[in-house]
Formats: sequence, C-alpha cells, structure tokens
Amino acid sequence: MTLSLFLHRRAIASAVTLSLTAGFAVPTLAADRELLNSSYDIARELFATINPEFVTWWEERHDESIEVKQSHGGSSKQARAIMQGLRADVVTYNQVTDVNVLAEQGLVAEDWQQQFPNNASPYYSTTAFLVREGNPKGIDSWDDLVEGDIEIVFPNPKTSGNGRYTYLAAWAYADREFDGDQEQIREFMKEFLGNVKVFDTGGRGATTTFVERGIGDVLISFESEVNNISKEYGEDDYDVVVPPVSILAEFPVAVVEEYAERNDNTDLARGYLEYLYTEEAQRLLAGFNYRVNDETVQGEFAEQFPETELLRVEDVFGSWGQVMDTHFASGGELDQLQRR
Amino acid sequence: MQRIGDAPRTRRLLVGLAIVLSVLFLLLPLVAIFAQALAEGMAVFWNNLSDDYTLAAIGLTLLVAALTIPVNLVFGVFLAWLVTRFSFPGRRLLQTFIDIPFAVSPVVAGLIYLLLYGSNGWIGSWLDEYDIQLMFAWPGIVLVTIFVTCPFVARELIPLMQAQGAREEEAAVTLGASGFTIFRRVTLPNIKWALLYGVILTNARAVGEFGAVSVVSGSIRGETNTLPLHVELLYQDYNTVGAFTAAALLALIALFTLAAKAGLEWRATRREQFR
Repeated sequence: MTLSLFLHRRAIASAVTLSLTAGFAVPTLAADRELLNSSYDIARELFATINPEFVTWWEERHDESIEVKQSHGGSSKQARAIMQGLRADVVTYNQVTDVNVLAEQGLVAEDWQQQFPNNASPYYSTTAFLVREGNPKGIDSWDDLVEGDIEIVFPNPKTSGNGRYTYLAAWAYADREFDGDQEQIREFMKEFLGNVKVFDTGGRGATTTFVERGIGDVLISFESEVNNISKEYGEDDYDVVVPPVSILAEFPVAVVEEYAERNDNTDLARGYLEYLYTEEAQRLLAGFNYRVNDETVQGEFAEQFPETELLRVEDVFGSWGQVMDTHFASGGELDQLQRR
Repeated sequence: MQRIGDAPRTRRLLVGLAIVLSVLFLLLPLVAIFAQALAEGMAVFWNNLSDDYTLAAIGLTLLVAALTIPVNLVFGVFLAWLVTRFSFPGRRLLQTFIDIPFAVSPVVAGLIYLLLYGSNGWIGSWLDEYDIQLMFAWPGIVLVTIFVTCPFVARELIPLMQAQGAREEEAAVTLGASGFTIFRRVTLPNIKWALLYGVILTNARAVGEFGAVSVVSGSIRGETNTLPLHVELLYQDYNTVGAFTAAALLALIALFTLAAKAGLEWRATRREQFR
C-alpha cells in the first residue's frame, strides 16, 4: 500500500521532470537580440521565407547574432494583443486601420505612413476573382457579378478586412461607372450583395466554402490569396481573373516604438522594415504573389500581374476612418444595403 | 413485466444502432486523424513531428500540464477538505464558486485574465511597472489553464468525501493523531483513486485547452504556441498533414489518458471485489 503509493509518487515525479526537461530542451539558439514581428494570419509562410534572409542580411552588416520571432493572427486581434501588452517590435499587417488603432494609442508614431516609402506599404495587392475552370459564367469584371444567376462567395465585410476590400472595390467600381450617382451605386451594391451565397467570417472559411463545399461561381479575395489557392488546389480546376479596375490593398508596416525602445530594438526594427524594400526582399514578396514597387522586380514578374487600374481607398472614400463610420458601423451603409 | 428493449428485435436494433453511431461519430474520426497524419508516409510524419516549432509546442504543452496539475491537486484537495469536513458560513457559496470555471466559456475566462493581467489591466499595469509580463508569455498560459481546470479535482473529491463522512478522521482525532497524520494515513488512502482520476481529467483538459489559451497566448511561434494552437496554425497554413500530425499527438495523449482512467477503474473495482 505505502509502497504502491510511493511508486505512484515516483512515477508522477518522473513524469513532471520529463515534461520539465522537454519544456526547456527546445533548441533556442541564444541570439544577441530577438525581434518580434506581429503579423496577419496568412503571412506565415511569407515571413518564414523572408526572416532567415533578413537575419543573414543584418548579420553581414552588424557584428551580432539576431533572431526574428513571429506572431500571427487576425490583424485586429493582433493589434489588440499589442495594446494589451504583447511586446512586438514591428507590425506587418494587411489593414491600415489596425495600425491606425495602435497610433491612436501612442504605441506607433502618428506619422507612421510617412516613415517608410509608399505609405509604409512595402508590398500591395488588390482584389481578384477565382472562378471555376474555363470561366463558364464569363466573369471578367465587377458588372458581370450583378447578373441574375451569379453566386458569389467572399468573407463578411463586418468581420473580415479581406471582405471589406471586396465591398469597397465593388463600390469604387460602381462609383466610377455611374459617375458618383449615389442612387445607382446603391442599386448596384444591392444586387451585388444579393448575389452573395455565403458570408463566411474570414478568408479561410470562404475558401473552404468555395473549394471544398463547391458553392458559388466566384470567390473574391486578395489577388495573392487567389493565386495561392489556385496553386494549392489545382490550377486546372480554377482560373484567376483580375478585373480591369479594382482597389489598392496596402500592407502597412510600422515600428511599435514604445516596445521597440523598451526592448532596445529600435535600430533592428527599422532595419527589418527597410529590408522589406530591398530588391532581394521584393523578389521574395513577388514570389508570394504580392505586387511590389521595385522596378527591376516588377519587370521580372510582369507576366504574373496583369495590368489593372488600382483605386486608393483614401481617394475614393476620404479616409479609413470615414469608411468605417459610413459603411461598416452598425446601421451604416452595409447594413442598409442588406436590409431590403 | 416487459421492459423497453426486451423484445429480441428491439434489442438487436438498439445495440446495432449504438454500434453504428459509435463507429461513425467516435471511432471513424479517430482513425481519420491517424490516417491523415500518415497520409504521406512515415518519413513526412516524422519530419512534421521533429519540426522545431512542433517540438516547442509539445514542450510548452507538457510544461503547462506539469505546472497546472500540482497546483490544482493541492488546491482541489484543500477545497474538498474544507467544504466536506468543516461547516462555516459561506460554505455553500464556496461550493458554487468552484463551478465557475465550468460555467464560464473558456474564451471569456481568457478575456477576463487579459483584462486583469494585460499591460492595461488592473494588476497587469502595476506588474508592468516592474517589467513583469504575464500575458502573451507562458505564465499567462499556465494561469488560464489553472483557472479552466481547477474544478476537476475538487469535483471528483467532494461527493466521495461527503459520502464517506468524517467518522474515520474523528476516530483518528480521538486517538490523538495530528492533522497532517490524519490526512496522510486516513484521508489520502480513502480518496486516492478519486484524486488520481481528478488529476487525469485535469491533465486531459490542460493539454487540450484551446479557447482560453488562444486569447492570452499571443501565438508567438516557438514560444507561446501550445499543441492545440499549433494544430490550428498548421491547418491554416494549408499544411494538412502537419496539422493532423499534431492532432494525432493530442489524440495519443487523450488515448493514453483514457487507458490510464480505464486502468484505474479496473483496479478500483477489483479492489472492491477482494475486500
């Protein structure tokens, strides 16, 4: 009895020791400095490719060893986490609004968009269509999407930044098409939203709906995502369509100054973001189907990115703040359009 | 007297239905996990398993369980002892309090901790001044896991200790035993199996907890990513095989836990018979 208890105790003790050693046996090469990048959900592979290159690039120029750590999640959730104390040195997001939130809290410089070229967006994308093989419904632009029998899949603009861009792209298209006639734009948007078959909460869910459940004629998402999906699920089954007019989706970056300073990483953080603008990094980015501004790389990848006219959200709608208030706030334009 | 299910045909139908449902809803998904994990062969499975990030996730998950279990073991025994052996004002209230983690959704639990211990939180902002960071680091994960799993041991012990009553302990007191001796020689042997059972449940939940941990983790790969979070992360990376490999690991831990539980029950019933 006492013995069996004793044995149990030994077993438990050894289990504890085992798990403790396992917990600390994780190989972490002690780097002189660690940089934490808080990023959006679908950028994991992207930064898994870029970070080792950056480490080499930095270590060649500085006499220290560094390590870049990644945190990924929905970018609004990520921004929240930073506000609650996640000590990221830099943010690389897919939503301007999420960096703005950090700027309002004083964690990021107020003029963050001026601190790096191209509105602090080292790469960009746009909204594109994924259609079934051979494009049987002949979808080439936004006006094809309001035909009666078209079924559309894209994430809910209320919950997804990706979905927001789709909504804004359609609106921007209509705005140009009808020369700013609000009545006609709303009519167009009503038909467009009426054709949406499923509103998933996020991009990944919409992909599943379109690809695995086979619902809908067209999936609307970032051009980069649409290309990745078609690669992943078979290029023979889907075609990528980039409409002639669409919205410019910026991928903003910023130094989280407060934490970078505290972590003694300000120079490293700036270096990291500057690296994203180098030809080497731009090439990597283009490889992940993002559009870049580096002209050499643009030339190399010209075939991959069909020419299209990209409208800036700020030019069409004023500011992101206004967009959020008029369109996506409760009772806003989106809610009214969906109520019929 | 005729009971429902006595007619041979009904009985066969019911048994058949139970088997079909168990296979469809329980066995098949389990098989699917392992089949998916091994879908691209042993080499890929092994590769996924020995990935640095997966190893880090395993290590963190085990660390969390290893810290959670002792805390909740002591806490659970203490609470059950208090509630069943003493009578004091607020005893019933305390018993209700124990169940809060069961009643609250894990996500809410995570959020509460974030609001309290985050750098803007009541306690967190004070800790922040001393440069102590609990949230988005492993201590935060341990904290919420302790919260979510704290009723298991107490909940296992309370009914048992209530049923057993305090007579044996009272006898020990009259014989002049000290408090600790009573606990070690009288109480502990009586509650041993229930205690272990509670520990097993605590372990299962600590290893598998997703919701609460997801809120406070900050999902830093290789640092604050537990195994369940890792499964989701790999799945979102379109790395299906990797996701199922991590899932298979979790399933293995679950199976091991179930086996341990079955073993305990078997030993306990055998003990009863031999008594």
